[in-house]
Amino acid sequence: MLSRKASCDSHGQDSSYFLGWQEYEKNPYHTVHNPTGIIQMGLAENQLSFDLIESWLRRNPDIVGLKRDGESAFRELALFQDYHGLPVFKNELVDFMAKIRGNRIIFASNKLVLTAGATPANETLMFCLAEPGEAFLLPTPYYPGFDRDLKWRTGVEIVPIHCSSSNGFRITSSALERAYQQAQKLNLNVKGVLVTNPSNPLGITMNRAELNHLIDFAIDKNIHIVSDEIYSGTVFDSPKFVSIMELAMERELYNADIWNRIHIVYSLSKDLGVPGFRVGMIYSNNETVVDTATKMSSFGLVSSQTQFLLASILSDKKFTEKYMKETQRRLKKRREMLVSGLRNAGIQCLISNAGLFCWVDMRHLLTSDTFEAEKELWKRIVCEVGLNISAGSSCHCSEPGWFRICFANMSQETLQVAMQRMKAFTDSSNSAVSQQQFVNNTRARSLTKWVFQLSSYESEPHR
Amino acid sequence: MKMRLLSRKATCNTHGQDSSYFLGWQEYEKNPYDEVLNPKGIIQMGLAENQLSFDFLESWLAKNPDVAAFKRDGKSIFPELALFQDYHGLPAFKKALVDFMAEIRGNKVTFDPNHIVLTAGATSANETLMFCLAEPGEAFLLPTPYYPGFDRDLKWRPGVEIVPIQCTSSNNFQITEAALQQAYQEAEKRNLRVKGVLVTNPSNPLGTTMSRNELNLLIDFISDKDMHLISDEIYSGTVFSSPGFVSVMEILNENNSLKDQVWDRVHVVYSLSKDLGLPGFRVGAIYSNNDTVIDAARKMSSFGVVSSQTQYLLSAMLSDKKFTRNYITQNQKRLKRRQRMLISGLQKAGISCLESNAGLFCWVDMRHLLQSNTFEAEMELWKKIVYDVRLNISPGSSCHCTEPGWFRVCFANMSEQTLELAMKRLKAFVVELTANGCSQSRTEFSSWNSKRKSLPKWVFRLSSRDREQEEP
Repeated sequence: MLSRKASCDSHGQDSSYFLGWQEYEKNPYHTVHNPTGIIQMGLAENQLSFDLIESWLRRNPDIVGLKRDGESAFRELALFQDYHGLPVFKNELVDFMAKIRGNRIIFASNKLVLTAGATPANETLMFCLAEPGEAFLLPTPYYPGFDRDLKWRTGVEIVPIHCSSSNGFRITSSALERAYQQAQKLNLNVKGVLVTNPSNPLGITMNRAELNHLIDFAIDKNIHIVSDEIYSGTVFDSPKFVSIMELAMERELYNADIWNRIHIVYSLSKDLGVPGFRVGMIYSNNETVVDTATKMSSFGLVSSQTQFLLASILSDKKFTEKYMKETQRRLKKRREMLVSGLRNAGIQCLISNAGLFCWVDMRHLLTSDTFEAEKELWKRIVCEVGLNISAGSSCHCSEPGWFRICFANMSQETLQVAMQRMKAFTDSSNSAVSQQQFVNNTRARSLTKWVFQLSSYESEPHR
Repeated sequence: MKMRLLSRKATCNTHGQDSSYFLGWQEYEKNPYDEVLNPKGIIQMGLAENQLSFDFLESWLAKNPDVAAFKRDGKSIFPELALFQDYHGLPAFKKALVDFMAEIRGNKVTFDPNHIVLTAGATSANETLMFCLAEPGEAFLLPTPYYPGFDRDLKWRPGVEIVPIQCTSSNNFQITEAALQQAYQEAEKRNLRVKGVLVTNPSNPLGTTMSRNELNLLIDFISDKDMHLISDEIYSGTVFSSPGFVSVMEILNENNSLKDQVWDRVHVVYSLSKDLGLPGFRVGAIYSNNDTVIDAARKMSSFGVVSSQTQYLLSAMLSDKKFTRNYITQNQKRLKRRQRMLISGLQKAGISCLESNAGLFCWVDMRHLLQSNTFEAEMELWKKIVYDVRLNISPGSSCHCTEPGWFRVCFANMSEQTLELAMKRLKAFVVELTANGCSQSRTEFSSWNSKRKSLPKWVFRLSSRDREQEEP
């Protein structure tokens, strides 16, 4: 009656990632109306800088009225459905993308394809680069949405590149090789590697070693690299962000075959905090990919009304510069709050320099080194502590006990409440009688030096 | 083994964009008509856009500036909207949209907002339904002539095949039982499993509403063959004369036993691109009583969610019932007037059209102008009309029409003056054609300098707008 796609579960939406959301929906926290409700910490949204955009809107009332230089652009915009995108918008986007990368790269607007968010951008790239049944390698842990976005309608398989806490979850050459061989064993043709840089859920930027391994690997295997750089604007601390494109340029690969096999995905959902506006894009030096992706973008174009608004905002260079600096400053502060709050509760995080979340180590709170124990702990945190956080297993982490906790999608006060609850929870856990403590193995102990956060707590000024 | 670098989808031609439908556009882009700057350029008559009623929309926007400014009751709700990416859609917008859809159907049908899925345009809606209803390699039956975009939208990524239901001029291109059966047998012969029928009602390119007879035929057919029916009703708001519009949903409502059998296999696609003239805003929808389809389609809509900024603006506009009622009526009046203009202009050139009561175009009979009753002759004629007469119209073959000589000519995407000019050119062409018999003297192809961008600073510029006489 219906297609298999419609009746199966490979949309991935039965994973705990989405189940936690459902629990939150039933009992959402509210400072006044529901102070004992569940605090949403599973949503990687950037809610910290709306005031800046709102004040820009107040200063530029004409833009929302679809006027520019006093003239109404309504008709032209209402009719504008060209999948090449609004030229002025694409020009602003490539400038913005370059600025995020310290202007160390220049992007050409004719290599940019607009899509209704990064979600269709990633799916479209799969349609362009792989047949059903072929595979992409993804480093774990990865964004749970990929299970739907990359696999569901495209029929593409994901084979994990297992990363572990032993080296801060960095991608190694041997992990890449192992994943490739695993794919061979499964009889899967590998078409490429997809990385998220900065990483979701780790919150770290890829270092040069990783990027070089990746490029070497892709050259050797003759495969594609898709770099989802959706969090590139959220880098708030050193080391600075290095895009795969930048490294490829440094290695002077622009005349090599690999140049046509590197593709970037971007979106304004995280940097500008506008996921509702559905603005994503693909950037590629491969003409055929750009051409095909452009045609495929028919299935998810960006509203011309939205293109116009954001083009106007981005064209205000003074504003965007100030906005990016301020957002990053606020993100850094928030991250500090979360990290120190967790430390207070005896919990440590992976040192991060980007993103809207921390990758949190709760292995010591597990009753056993198993995913069942992780699930147990997660349920307790959602239902007893009242925090919706994301379990590492939903991100396909190979080690139990890691969780992603977001810090930019609630008020400061709410974050403080969350931290208090966490401390209360761990305090009570510690004093519980006959609680089986998970003994850290030597690998975990060797992590302390460079994995665990040691920054000092900074007091937040009032906004 | 050498591996293919890109997928077959990326390197093949199933996106359908090499058809003449798109080639005509390309020619237009190289040499676009402009009343002042390029009066000899090609007039675009291949674009099914509704440009006649923007003044209503603009005046509503001017009276309600807060909505576009992300305000509700004087307060900024920018953060709320900026964050709203829920694929369930903005509740207020869905409510307003289903109300609007009901109003277009004379309130003879009501729609439940929980059964509607928002998509970034009807393009996305149709593709999504294919993904939900068919496996790659399965087929849908479509009556010809049909919208050329379907070759891409339905086939390309979902891998679904289209088998035509051949309709002919002998009965004004209406769907017959025989044609349905023939199409089904053709599919069987090709070893294709048919999952359903997709119709556009009102029809593109015919401009006609489906009769009750046709609708009943269809419902009986899908009931008998145990398949789906998709009714793309994107033009439902453009019905400007009798007979009025009858939606397949209306037929189902009238017949309870039928309803029980096929209730969960009938799906409607809609969009605001034609009725409100807002193709740029990307607002489409799937409506179905089948919960599984709605559930799957909703999740798939992640790949093409409507901008919350746009949802909010339009929810306010469509909730203004006084506005929508007036808009629907006035818009239809203007469309009717334009259609009359085109018809009489064509008549003066000795050309007739299929009698139509909807849409933004006419289905025009130029069979008598063909040198032979062949598609080659149709292509010849089409090229002359594009290059010599300088009108971009759509040849029937690009719509998979089985009879050569039919063309779709749009009437709502230019000013009145431009339409008059187009008719003058056509008349001159026909006069010359008939005067010279078989040979035609070629007019010089205007060597428009392609250095001039067809795009001004940042958007398309339209030829001078037409101010309609009616009161807004």
